[in-house]
Amino acid sequence: MPAERFVRALREAGWATLVVAGLSFPIIAYRAEPDFNNLLALQPRWPLFWQFCAAAFLLRFLLAFWSGDETKAKAPREKNWPKLPWLGPLALVFLTIYPLAVVALLGPQAALKWVDTYGVQILIYVLLGWGLNITVGLAGLLDLGYAAFYAVGAYAYALLAPATGLGFWALLPVCGLLAAFWGFCIGFPILRLRGDYLAIVTLAFAEIVRIVLINWDVVTHGEAGLFGFPGLNFFGLPFIPGPRGFAAHFGLPFQGIQKQIFLYYLVLVLALLANLVSLRLRRLPLGRAWEALREDEIACRALGLDTRNIKLTAFALGAFFAGIAGCLFALRQGFVSPSAFTFSESALILAIVVLGGGGSQLGVAVAAVFLVGASELLRELTFLKSVFGENFDPAQYRMLLVGLAMVAMMNFRPRGLVSTRAPTIKLGATS
Amino acid sequence: MEIFLQQLINGVTLGSIYGLIAIGYTMVFGIIGMVNFAHGDVFMLSAFIALLLLLLLTQMLGLAAAPAFVVALVASMALTALWNFAIERVAYRRLRGSFRLAPLISAIGMSTFLANFVTVTQGPNNKSIPPMWDQVIAITSGGAYDVTLSYKQILIVAVTGALLAAFWFVVQKTPLGRAQRACEQDAKMAALLGVDVNRTVALTFVIGAALAAVAGSLYLLQYGVVKSSDGFVPGVKAFTAAVLGGIGSLPGAVLGGLLIGLIETMWGQYFGSDYKDVAAFSVLAITLIFMPSGLMGRPDVEKV
Amino acid sequence: MNWLDDPILRVDHLTMRFGGLLAVNDVSFAAGRGDITALIGPNGAGKTTLFNCLTGFYQPTAGRIAFSSEKLDAEKIETLTRSARKHDGETFLLERMADHEIVRKARLARTFQNIRLFQGMSALENLMIAQDEALSRAAGLSFIGLLGLPSWRRAEQAAVDRAVAWLDRIGLKKRADDPAGSLPYGDQRRLEIARAMCTKPALLCLDEPAAGLNAAESHGLAELLRGIRDQGETSILLIEHDMSVVMRISDHVVVLDYGQKIADGSPREVREDPAVIAAYLGVEEQEEAVEEAVLSGGGA
Repeated sequence: MPAERFVRALREAGWATLVVAGLSFPIIAYRAEPDFNNLLALQPRWPLFWQFCAAAFLLRFLLAFWSGDETKAKAPREKNWPKLPWLGPLALVFLTIYPLAVVALLGPQAALKWVDTYGVQILIYVLLGWGLNITVGLAGLLDLGYAAFYAVGAYAYALLAPATGLGFWALLPVCGLLAAFWGFCIGFPILRLRGDYLAIVTLAFAEIVRIVLINWDVVTHGEAGLFGFPGLNFFGLPFIPGPRGFAAHFGLPFQGIQKQIFLYYLVLVLALLANLVSLRLRRLPLGRAWEALREDEIACRALGLDTRNIKLTAFALGAFFAGIAGCLFALRQGFVSPSAFTFSESALILAIVVLGGGGSQLGVAVAAVFLVGASELLRELTFLKSVFGENFDPAQYRMLLVGLAMVAMMNFRPRGLVSTRAPTIKLGATS
Repeated sequence: MEIFLQQLINGVTLGSIYGLIAIGYTMVFGIIGMVNFAHGDVFMLSAFIALLLLLLLTQMLGLAAAPAFVVALVASMALTALWNFAIERVAYRRLRGSFRLAPLISAIGMSTFLANFVTVTQGPNNKSIPPMWDQVIAITSGGAYDVTLSYKQILIVAVTGALLAAFWFVVQKTPLGRAQRACEQDAKMAALLGVDVNRTVALTFVIGAALAAVAGSLYLLQYGVVKSSDGFVPGVKAFTAAVLGGIGSLPGAVLGGLLIGLIETMWGQYFGSDYKDVAAFSVLAITLIFMPSGLMGRPDVEKV
Repeated sequence: MNWLDDPILRVDHLTMRFGGLLAVNDVSFAAGRGDITALIGPNGAGKTTLFNCLTGFYQPTAGRIAFSSEKLDAEKIETLTRSARKHDGETFLLERMADHEIVRKARLARTFQNIRLFQGMSALENLMIAQDEALSRAAGLSFIGLLGLPSWRRAEQAAVDRAVAWLDRIGLKKRADDPAGSLPYGDQRRLEIARAMCTKPALLCLDEPAAGLNAAESHGLAELLRGIRDQGETSILLIEHDMSVVMRISDHVVVLDYGQKIADGSPREVREDPAVIAAYLGVEEQEEAVEEAVLSGGGA
């Protein structure tokens, strides 16, 4: 009955509008801003309020109208993505030629942003995502303090590079190992805890690390952070103009972007290495034990698996990747400060893993590109400023959307966007 | 000695606020076994709602501060309850049969959303209101330091005590409380016996939010300032209080809140405020690792 | 009388207390090498608790659990008990060991009343995880495995062969690559037994393996268990409610009621034991008698 359905949809929409009106008042209808006397004054925003209400009404109405009567339960639709075997190699080719292509197309000045912000930054997040994927996606241990290990790597480089005089080739594994050691130390006391408690304790540890970084001025320089530490060099050749630099040695004209391109390839190679290790580990007893642990810890114990060691390795290896990523972060930024390692950083990396779906390498990479790249793109779109006002900062909207995306994923596709899990060993393949 | 006494008063005040938030954590954990990570942000949101309503009532309608505050408090309770009702419906209800960590991850998403929603709609800066209702009672005078007890502090402690008593009564004596305890024991069985589990859980979220709104309004009254990132740290501290008191236990939540409030103020006084959050986070980690059933909770036997 | 002459497992005065509840109360029994020993008793008799003590999931309140896959010698047990050690390489005191040590060193394996397979992983993967000990050694802290050296490949192939042999035996070779959770219930039960067998146990502990199986399936299960016993390398201890299965396959039956042992002997002896009949059938009659007595007493 269309008429009946129409009325029902109207009623549903009415309720939804009322709820949204209640939620939006007063938080959307008014904004409190200090006036000239530094006292808070209200700025009314009623048009925005009505837009929200109208949107709620329309959406709910259409949803209720099209989905028809709710008694007819829809069969759960588990649509799996088609298998795309050529996607991996294609992505690899693209990633390899990307920085050179960008330079060829845009020239060395304009390409800088595309290589650095979109290339290096996203790849670092991919690396972080793959690292956390070991702990969360494979072993099923929810780590809410991942940014702490990232911070350990970054600060390790920033502190050790000037102190020891070692180059980044030597310090890169040191950063990873230090972070892994921290992962081991933090992981050790919390192994017995049930899943959600474990998550909260990792969060507590990470916050403690961050507060120490802020307050231990003598070593970390507090909120200001560390800078001026030695940067990247090409096997001993610094990226500087002049006769001793990289450009002069190879007879190239000096350009700032050369450093970024080298860093890009460095991060790319390390990320691919991390991917290779992850993929191979999945097929080894350790990786299978991680997945088994995620599925059923008690069954693991009944099969003689030492769950303590399995958890510790998952924690430590995840942290190792974060330490490497932290070192690369320090190299890219040229400075490190505690504000880069807050809980929302951990939440962002967690969202990358959650959106990527438990255990899927490609899914994690796609999620990283999407979450990090999209918000950078939003920043580019200057016309948004004219729509939303001068103070519009897409970074805020990024985390808002990240939060919503996590909720939506858990509700609609808890196994991730790429939800098929391929067995790590197949009978057809071996016999 | 005077300083200690003053910090004792301040600690109990702060602890009462933590206790009110902690009740929300402990009730939700008790009934669906979920760490409601977004609860701290619900508290922050309620403080913002109270702030806006207070400004609306005093500036636009010209009400006096005291009645305006009471109206803002009650309205904030209602609106925050509506928020938490919607949050439970959208973010958690579907997840009760999902895998173990799904509700927690969804709650983290919701927490991130709420914090940034308020940042986007109200800006990231501190919002401060002029101090109101500032009369104090001098407890000691003439010494090196005057110990004072403000009317606000008395109000905060009294409200916390009254609400705790009220909810203790609800949980022990009313049909709602019985339904809650039934769902806590075995939700499936409760549903078979005619308890409306969805309604009971929704009501638990609504009550938790109303209490958080009381805490939010009182926080605003006492400290006069709130910002959009204020959900995270107080939220974690209130969760610490719930865990310390024994998660699932109402009096435990308030006891834990008082302890955390005291630890924080005393630490700030005697060891400097730089590391006072480290104290709270350490208590959280130590409690979860060494006595996960807290001071007043029941131990959890592993089922094989 | 194998359990007296050549036991593989000896439980002495085992007690498990949860707060005020005495789940297992001073239970002593032995299980014979090469036997199928059945542990029966009404619901709540403490059978599963006893199992959890044997396999290290619970730390018993008191008592001793001695186990040896070679030869259980009374004198050795006493020497070991007086020392602080867990085992002497041959004889093991299980109450001192952690769960994974019990599986790896003493060689006990178990299944669960409510099947605990790795649901999302394939049947083959389930059996591969059970062979973690051999595979981990071959993978050399994962480094040899990461490099894909021949020694690792050989070990992996051997593990696959073993797993496939078991899959073949329980009739699941065709479904080797399917998620374990997608298999029918009866297949899941058999897969869990095969998985436990892949740890190469000397004693296989089964918690209600026939629960929820139909007659044909439980007949097949009995055949499978007899086959395992007749190979001679694995003894079996099982909890079971299905009396037809118990009487058909077991060599020795131990009966528990309210946490205490009430009978112990061959299936025939146990079947005719008055205490067992009372525990299984007489309880209601007794209760009715008591009720009647109370009622008539109240009326009089």
